[in-house]
Amino acid sequence: MSEYQTFEHDVLVIGAGGAGLRAAIEASAAGVSVGLVCKSLLGKAHTVMAEGGMAAAMANVDDRDNWKVHFSDTMRGGQYVNNWRMAELHAKEAPDRVRELEAWGAVFDRTKDGKILQRNFGGHRYPRLAHVGDRTGLELIRTLQDHGIHQGIEVYMEVTVIALLKDGERVVGAFAYEREHGRFRIFKAKAVILATGGIGRAYKITSNSWEGTGDGHSLAYDAGAELIDMEFIQFHPTGMVYPPSVRGILVTEGVRGEGGVLKNSEGTRFMFDDIPDNYKDQTADTPEEGWRYTQGDKNARRPPELLTRDHVARCIRREVKAGRGSPHGGVYLDIAWIKEKLPNAAEHIKKKLPSMYHQFKQLADLDITTTPMEVGPTTHYIMGGIRVDGDTQASTLPGLFAAGECAAGINGANRLGGNSLSDLLVFGKRAGEYAAKFALENNFGTFDNAQIEERARWALEAFDRESGENPFAIQNDLQEMMQDLVGIVRVEEEMQQALEGIKDLRERREKISLTGNIDFNPSWHTALDLHNLLNVSEAITLAAIERKESRGGQFRDDFPSKVAEFGKVNFIIKKGAGGQMEIRSERIPEMPEELKQIIEEMG
Amino acid sequence: MAKATFKIWRGNSEGGEFKSYDTEISEGMVVLDAVLQIQGEQAGDLACRWNCKAGKCGSCSAEINGNPKLMCMTRMNTLPVDEPITVEPMKAFPLKKDLVTDVSWNYEVKKRIKKFKPRTPDAPDGTWRMQQTDIDRVQEFRKCIECFLCQDVCHVLRDHHKHEEFIGPRFLVYAAALEMHPLDTENRLKDLKDDGNIGYCNITKCCTKVCPENITITDNAIIPLKERVVDEFYDPITKFLKLFRKK
Repeated sequence: MSEYQTFEHDVLVIGAGGAGLRAAIEASAAGVSVGLVCKSLLGKAHTVMAEGGMAAAMANVDDRDNWKVHFSDTMRGGQYVNNWRMAELHAKEAPDRVRELEAWGAVFDRTKDGKILQRNFGGHRYPRLAHVGDRTGLELIRTLQDHGIHQGIEVYMEVTVIALLKDGERVVGAFAYEREHGRFRIFKAKAVILATGGIGRAYKITSNSWEGTGDGHSLAYDAGAELIDMEFIQFHPTGMVYPPSVRGILVTEGVRGEGGVLKNSEGTRFMFDDIPDNYKDQTADTPEEGWRYTQGDKNARRPPELLTRDHVARCIRREVKAGRGSPHGGVYLDIAWIKEKLPNAAEHIKKKLPSMYHQFKQLADLDITTTPMEVGPTTHYIMGGIRVDGDTQASTLPGLFAAGECAAGINGANRLGGNSLSDLLVFGKRAGEYAAKFALENNFGTFDNAQIEERARWALEAFDRESGENPFAIQNDLQEMMQDLVGIVRVEEEMQQALEGIKDLRERREKISLTGNIDFNPSWHTALDLHNLLNVSEAITLAAIERKESRGGQFRDDFPSKVAEFGKVNFIIKKGAGGQMEIRSERIPEMPEELKQIIEEMG
Repeated sequence: MAKATFKIWRGNSEGGEFKSYDTEISEGMVVLDAVLQIQGEQAGDLACRWNCKAGKCGSCSAEINGNPKLMCMTRMNTLPVDEPITVEPMKAFPLKKDLVTDVSWNYEVKKRIKKFKPRTPDAPDGTWRMQQTDIDRVQEFRKCIECFLCQDVCHVLRDHHKHEEFIGPRFLVYAAALEMHPLDTENRLKDLKDDGNIGYCNITKCCTKVCPENITITDNAIIPLKERVVDEFYDPITKFLKLFRKK
């Protein structure tokens, strides 16, 4: 066999965003050796893009807040198909995880009495998001990175994993290549944690970077692990729509948290037109009440702009379809209007939303302190992912754990803004803790070299073709197709077309030919990533077809209502014995009495 | 639609040359869009780093018409398209391939700087209290996205190659953020003097000019650190008093 450089670690973490870093820190603290593999340079992961903040019921701004309210907000936002155990642990542990970051050097914005400041966000009853202006993700990743580099973690930058190695059912390592020279690497590990983030690159309009190609989802699936809730994708309501080259780049929900309002071309605040029944009691009746809420009036209820993301995204789409959109196919997000209410509004906006000010000024020649932004929905986050145990983050395969966006459960059908950063920390920590425990209780497994040789051959075959398909063109076609056929609004017929389309694209992928050699060759990287994108696209489509109802991130034009029966199940995807993708539904376990009671009490 | 010609550096540590590519320019495009378009249509093996495409991750640093910039934040309408636009890798670091440089030195330097060491929590709830006015400056430094453009233009590194001796503006900002953190109790001044050689900086402010986050690197971070170092080690009165105290 070929000799590939081999590395050994008790725990191997794949992915170095918030969840991967937090997992690596925790595993390392348990005294085991930790390897951390990242696709890009350390500190560049998609976590840096998180803007608004991390949700934790610390009650620094409103003392009525506590974990029970956060738990019930999360379940309501997820339309009750969440893994309730994860929602419970997350709500209970998030405050400690935020304080821990402060002890590691994070510098959050402060309240007047010197505590960590918390801001309003969609679906959260009280101001709950610890934040640093609108660059909270950067603060989080940098804090973890700067703490982590002193913990003895071995970091492998610009290394991409292309297969998990198995000893029977157990996962015992990973097979990867390094980007600079395309050399293969073997990582042997007693436990492996996937923390690879999302799948946004399956869609044309997305807030995700090139890295979001569903690697962890696909690696786990290929290894035989189960995926869950793959139909639930979050289309963030406010992405930039103009100019075309920046379409999809995120505009933080923090804009609305600070008083920004959504208007159509007729100048109407259309979010007042459609308020879901289960949020009526929590939503302001008048613009005046909504404004008071954003300014901290505890007796006011939140403006409808801060309803959950799934709902806001659909309302925007409705306005555009009805011909009331902005010139470039979005709606208006107006924060400039607060000058009617506040002296020094321009300075206030720049202070509270510095990145947004900067982003629009530089990329769109637009001053958000004087002019409304044009925004529209953008693919942002996948609620679905690797099925894990709520307490340990163990997948359905021994030795394989998952945390962060690539794991699933906490968010149900729709994630609340701000719950992702706290999810990364809470479950990154848990994954690290339990993977270390697993590693201490188990030896290195063994794997046969055939697994590796087969994968190496598979990875290199495109170099042997004289002529053929361009991987970038296939990726574009997949993105266009998913956007059109499995986007915000779905119907069975179109999704069946998408399944056919995925089949064709898989065939085209087999015909890719590459130019240049193996050294830092993005067309090769794209060709390999495509395999993952096609796996997740198929999983999303299959699950979306099976869920014949509309709930959270899944909206079916042919089944526009919620169906009670579907509220009791999750859809599970697994590779069948013949290599084909299989789907089944499974009943959600009964919630314990005390949690049911909390949900009832909170209304 | 307009066309533009790009001259992009193609090569590796052994050498290389500018190659010309023509590509269509559409409204609102940034240089990174053009480079990725060229990669997608004409040069699949053109190596470049990028991630967020919104000026937040600091991956796509390059020299555009000789100016160190983030490719994702440089709009085409700010460049003259009647002549070729050059895109080259950063010069202060060894080249890996095309626009990708080996920036690993930066990661090694950071490890050498003593980590954050907070004082014992002193608020009743077991945490700390900090006033916003006391952290404004530190928050400015923590905006850094580690694009390393400041390192790229620093003549101590770029022209004199003092990577072994000088830590560069990025890590002076990093050290300043730690030194000025209201909770931190560590002292890094001796390290800054001896290991970081802060004295090599002669305040030409090139770093401040290129910072895409508009951090006032020289005035707010480096000069105050230099002053602290001077106070600690070179101030004659303190020196005299210390001498006196020892006796």
